[in-house]
Amino acid sequence: MTASDILEPTAARRTVDAAQVDSRHKLFNRICAGVLIAFALIWLVPVLWALDTALKPNEETTKTTWLIENPTFDAFGRVLRDTDILRWFGSSLTIALITTIGTVIAASMAAYALSRMRFRYREALFWLVLAGIMIPGQVLIVPQFREMDTFNLLNTFWAVSLPQIPTAVAVFIFKQFFDGLPKELEEVARMDGAGYWRIYARIIMPLARPAVAAVAIFAFVSSWNDLLWPLLVLSNPDIMTIPVGLATVQGAFGIRYADTMASAILGAVPLVAVFLLFQRNIVEGIAGTGLKG
Amino acid sequence: MSTAETAVRPSTETRERPPKAGRAERHGRPAAAFLTPFLVLYLLFIIGPALYGLVMSFFNTSLVQSGLGSFAGFGNYAEALQNSDFWSSLWHTIWFTILTTPPLIVLAFVFALLADRASRGRWFWRLAFFMPFILPSAVVALIWIFIYTPELGLLTTGLAKIGIEAPVWLGDPNWAMPSLAITTIWWTLGFNFVLYLAGLQEIPRELYEASSIDGASQWQQIRRITVPLLGRTTTLVTVLQIIASLKVFDQMYLMTQGGPNFATRSILEYVYDEGFTNFRTGYAAAVSMLFFLVVLAVSAIWFGIVRRQEKGA
Repeated sequence: MTASDILEPTAARRTVDAAQVDSRHKLFNRICAGVLIAFALIWLVPVLWALDTALKPNEETTKTTWLIENPTFDAFGRVLRDTDILRWFGSSLTIALITTIGTVIAASMAAYALSRMRFRYREALFWLVLAGIMIPGQVLIVPQFREMDTFNLLNTFWAVSLPQIPTAVAVFIFKQFFDGLPKELEEVARMDGAGYWRIYARIIMPLARPAVAAVAIFAFVSSWNDLLWPLLVLSNPDIMTIPVGLATVQGAFGIRYADTMASAILGAVPLVAVFLLFQRNIVEGIAGTGLKG
Repeated sequence: MSTAETAVRPSTETRERPPKAGRAERHGRPAAAFLTPFLVLYLLFIIGPALYGLVMSFFNTSLVQSGLGSFAGFGNYAEALQNSDFWSSLWHTIWFTILTTPPLIVLAFVFALLADRASRGRWFWRLAFFMPFILPSAVVALIWIFIYTPELGLLTTGLAKIGIEAPVWLGDPNWAMPSLAITTIWWTLGFNFVLYLAGLQEIPRELYEASSIDGASQWQQIRRITVPLLGRTTTLVTVLQIIASLKVFDQMYLMTQGGPNFATRSILEYVYDEGFTNFRTGYAAAVSMLFFLVVLAVSAIWFGIVRRQEKGA
């Protein structure tokens, strides 16, 4: 302050300008925040509306108001009682776990070999895996379905999980992560007589926890939300996944909108609950993996 | 993000070391053991079916008969290319891509830019914009069919309150696709949003500080610094978005069943109908291959752009 006091009037004018710019910055930031909040609220409306409707009795749902005259959890009770939704949870969870564990193990093992070992056809194999990234799973549904039919695997968890386990992107992510890990630890372990399996399980995998988390989250969410493939191979209501089950009962509620919305909320709850707990990890896992997908 | 970013850089170390002929086989056996689980599944369920599908596309294969059926040559391909159903479903897919891609890029960019400036509430923006992305398509469909319900749906009554007469959304052949696009924008925006947020965090703060000392306004900063420096993120988001939009199936299958009057049948739903409803497996495999070519073309264009960007940098 004292310095500017001594300086000429032009400097004083400049501080006024700065103050003006500063207040304009503040206004600009306020407007930005306002716009963002407005859009965030718009984005929340559909889910809040579904929740609001699910808490009404069916008769009240045609009134299209946020006000709930007689709030009740009955719709949730009816969905849990009248549909197989709990069983679908079980199927989805089993399939997603098989897929996730299978993907992490198969991809990390292959990536370890590609990253640390020298062998013939290594380059060719790497390119073969890279080629897999270019093939969208959806273009394979026709031959894959016939294959499952031939193997007699239709209407089993294996039919859903097996084609989802060999994920080329996952190998790619693990390989890049392993390539970046220092080799000194392994060299010390090797001198102590540790074999490849031991180094992989005791040194590499514990260090690769961020990559494991990213791949596992991506595999789990993709498996949990997949519709087309499980729709094709699961026709038995007893082992349907949540998306397939919800798709089949979709029209069954008719105009019982509270029940319909309760089924939607229940279908969303498991992943949303996990999301609220591990928000940052999930966002980073999906963004980081999808980036290379 | 930081770990993923560091992992992106391929290690040069493996490439620098020339593979010596004598050493090449040194790890042959353990390598085979480590590669076997992935490779067996990969060959059995990805590469195998890809080749099987290619072969099948040249035969009159049927879902209800075993074996490949009679040889068709390029018959299935010729039929698809002459079939108006094929072209209209391809056009619907492209129309959907045109409707969804620009808003999903622009809105995601704007929201990320605004969220990046806001000093607080990061978890709230992520919740609002990213949470829909982890909902199963069936849940999204149930909620939005209800919102689009003629007369008593939230959107119709809401618009009526401000004096706008709403269309019948999913029931109108002209409005069905835009309706599906709106739902899709709401559902999947969060993915692009977090990619842009990650990109924004990479821009060094000093650039903004330096330019504001030079008297640049915030708007100038966005135009001269933020947008150009996010060029690579935008290329990536664009190509991922185009490919994701081309693969659309769930929304149509669940919300319109391809209707009204096939106005929203996408190419994947066409494959589904021909292969699994009409049992024409060989023909469906040929259509899948044609669709694969479209996706490959998009990836190839992207690859070309990335190479040019890297040369320019």
